[in-house]
Amino acid sequence: MSDSSVTNVVFGGLGGQGVLKASDILADAVVRAGFDVKKSELHGMSQRGGSVSSDVRFGTRVLSPMVPAGEADFLVILTADQVEPNRHVLRAEGKLILPDAVSVELLLNRKSLNVALLGVLSRQLPIAEEHWLAALRANLAEKLHAVNLQAFNLGRNSGKI
Amino acid sequence: MSSSERLLLSGDEAIALAARHAGVALGAGYPGTPSTEILEEFSRLGGRAQWSPNEKVALEVAIGAAFAGARAIATMKHVGLNVAADPLFTVAYTGVSGALVVISADDPGMASSQNEQDNRHYAVAAGLPMVEPSDSQEAYDLFLAAVEISEQWHLPVLYRVTTRVCHSRTIVAPRPPADAVPKADYRRDVRGRVMIPAHARPAHRRLREKLAAIAAWNETSPLNQHVVGSSPLGIITSGVAFMHAREAAPDASVLKLGLTHPLPFEKIARFVEEVEQCMVIEEGDPYLAEAIRARGIVVEAKPEMFRFGELNVNRVRRILAGDISPEPPPQPGKPPQLCEGCAHRSVFEALHKLECIVSGDIGCYTLGVLPPFDAMDTCVCMGASLGVGLGLRHTLPPEQARRVVSVIGDSTFMHSGIPGLVEMVYNPPATGHVVIILDNSTTAMTGHQEHPGTGRSLDHEVTNKIVFEDLARALGIRRVHVVEPRPGSEELERLISESLASGELCLIIARRPCILIAKQLREYEKCATVCEPVEV
Ligand SMILES: Cc1ncc(C[n+]2csc(CCOP(=O)(O)OP(=O)(O)O)c2C)c(N)n1
Ligand code: SF4
Repeated sequence: MSDSSVTNVVFGGLGGQGVLKASDILADAVVRAGFDVKKSELHGMSQRGGSVSSDVRFGTRVLSPMVPAGEADFLVILTADQVEPNRHVLRAEGKLILPDAVSVELLLNRKSLNVALLGVLSRQLPIAEEHWLAALRANLAEKLHAVNLQAFNLGRNSGKI
Repeated sequence: MSSSERLLLSGDEAIALAARHAGVALGAGYPGTPSTEILEEFSRLGGRAQWSPNEKVALEVAIGAAFAGARAIATMKHVGLNVAADPLFTVAYTGVSGALVVISADDPGMASSQNEQDNRHYAVAAGLPMVEPSDSQEAYDLFLAAVEISEQWHLPVLYRVTTRVCHSRTIVAPRPPADAVPKADYRRDVRGRVMIPAHARPAHRRLREKLAAIAAWNETSPLNQHVVGSSPLGIITSGVAFMHAREAAPDASVLKLGLTHPLPFEKIARFVEEVEQCMVIEEGDPYLAEAIRARGIVVEAKPEMFRFGELNVNRVRRILAGDISPEPPPQPGKPPQLCEGCAHRSVFEALHKLECIVSGDIGCYTLGVLPPFDAMDTCVCMGASLGVGLGLRHTLPPEQARRVVSVIGDSTFMHSGIPGLVEMVYNPPATGHVVIILDNSTTAMTGHQEHPGTGRSLDHEVTNKIVFEDLARALGIRRVHVVEPRPGSEELERLISESLASGELCLIIARRPCILIAKQLREYEKCATVCEPVEV
């Protein structure tokens, strides 16, 4: 019995792909929008190129920091071979956002795929654009702002689910 | 700082912020997931933080500060408390003048650890009050409470936190920083601080009296929370399991314990009487359930299968439903590997080729156990590579003994490798021995922290440096070699095979920086030519 007022997002990928950064930006945007939020992840051995996933839950009141299996509303995957290890978190009608939701060749820098997929996700969530932009600026070094804004807008405006 | 401020902090960051706000004068620790970020953040916030060579030393430094009347913290992962257990048990007797909070970050499920020991048992064994937060707000609030408890009863407090609390980000509303922080000032108290048996006997009695007083206080303490529900079910819980339980059973009554040693048994008994059925939901060992049952209070404990691994909402639902059918196996992800270009690779390639029996240790290099290297035979705890390797050498038949090599990282060598090297010199095996220090100029495994062998302190400033080769020569080891492990170079392999054949005590230092920090190191070194270290 999941609390319908809570939205569950899971990010999955490999170490170094920006899974944790993407979830940080989402969590920050959500706080700015005034929600309660909990974000959970596992560090450690995963830093050496292994699988990494991160959960973000938000709503009026969030209890457990981890998205229960089968209850994710959105699963955002940064590399295709990480779909299978994560698919079980998605609920039946949940939405899967895959790396090919954006045209990677249009990115100024392929490393900002994580932010481009956040752009795709952003269309689905009740968070005003100003909060997304503020969260992007707050969580990325200044020299990365232009590249990532481009990526975010690409995902937000042309992303396909 | 306004009270309406909402910060999104990890548990570790919340502890660091609370430590700053409480005016903690000194934080000492040794890195270890999931505790590492506490001291790093405390330092970033302007606190005085330092890495010690290991957890025992860190706790002792913090004890000194708390004897001086200051507020101090020692941080470590759960297994670190084993290393620090010796001072821990006796500082419970001496007590402290200021405040001492010993932070143990446990890792149920072993996201990044070699075991999943439940350190709540330490609170019982050593006789220390213990707090357990369930999210970042509580991590913040319970830290401040721990300081108060420590000062009120002049006792160290065990602050037990777990991976999910350390590494989850949740919202924190901080309080205004403390304005009156006690100043360090020496007061002699020989009977209280020098634990000869004549002083320790009354000290033990004093400890038990303090614990009885804390237990009485805990009966009405605000650190335990009672959620009144509408269903006949009652749940007793602590830590992050509280959150899972509230979600899994939103209608249940819940007694959430914040101060979990000494336990408020009267409060617990009243709670159990008020509900029809009472279940204890806790992660790890059945610590609460066993303690409560031992008092004759009837509660249900989780089935044995839930001792293993982390809890989550679905597992708590299973516990409540009495479902002990096999759980779905965890989805296999991609395992971690040594980075491309990692200096450790060449060493393990050579050890594999030479068919060595490798007594290994803990760090990134433990990944040398995986294919294609298959070059590690044992890994027990930090520093064990030396002792275990020597034990193998002493007892194996000579043709096997001669293949034994101990492999240890630079940070691990500083942590607990030195006594092993002393052991090797003191009790040399008949076939000699070969030790390889993998010196990559950092503690890579836990996120690249400094250690005494890097010559830089926690905040990367220059300090005195321990030089491994000088240390080994001073111990009387004659064959000491420094070599750069480069891909394709045969020098290392030749050196290992000559050392094995020599039948003497040999130390090989394979020195090459971790590639992930090579650039950063050049920056530090630029600074080092400007700043001078202290003369020793
Ligand atoms: C008692 C104890 N403290 C801390 C840890 C966490 N830990 C595991 S390995 C390690 C050090 C690794 O550094 P190093 O030996 O330099 O190897 P590297 O990762 O750099 O290859 C630490 C801090 C632990 N496992 N046990
Ligand atoms: S982080 Fe450094 S030491 Fe660890 S595997 Fe990568 S290169 Fe090797």
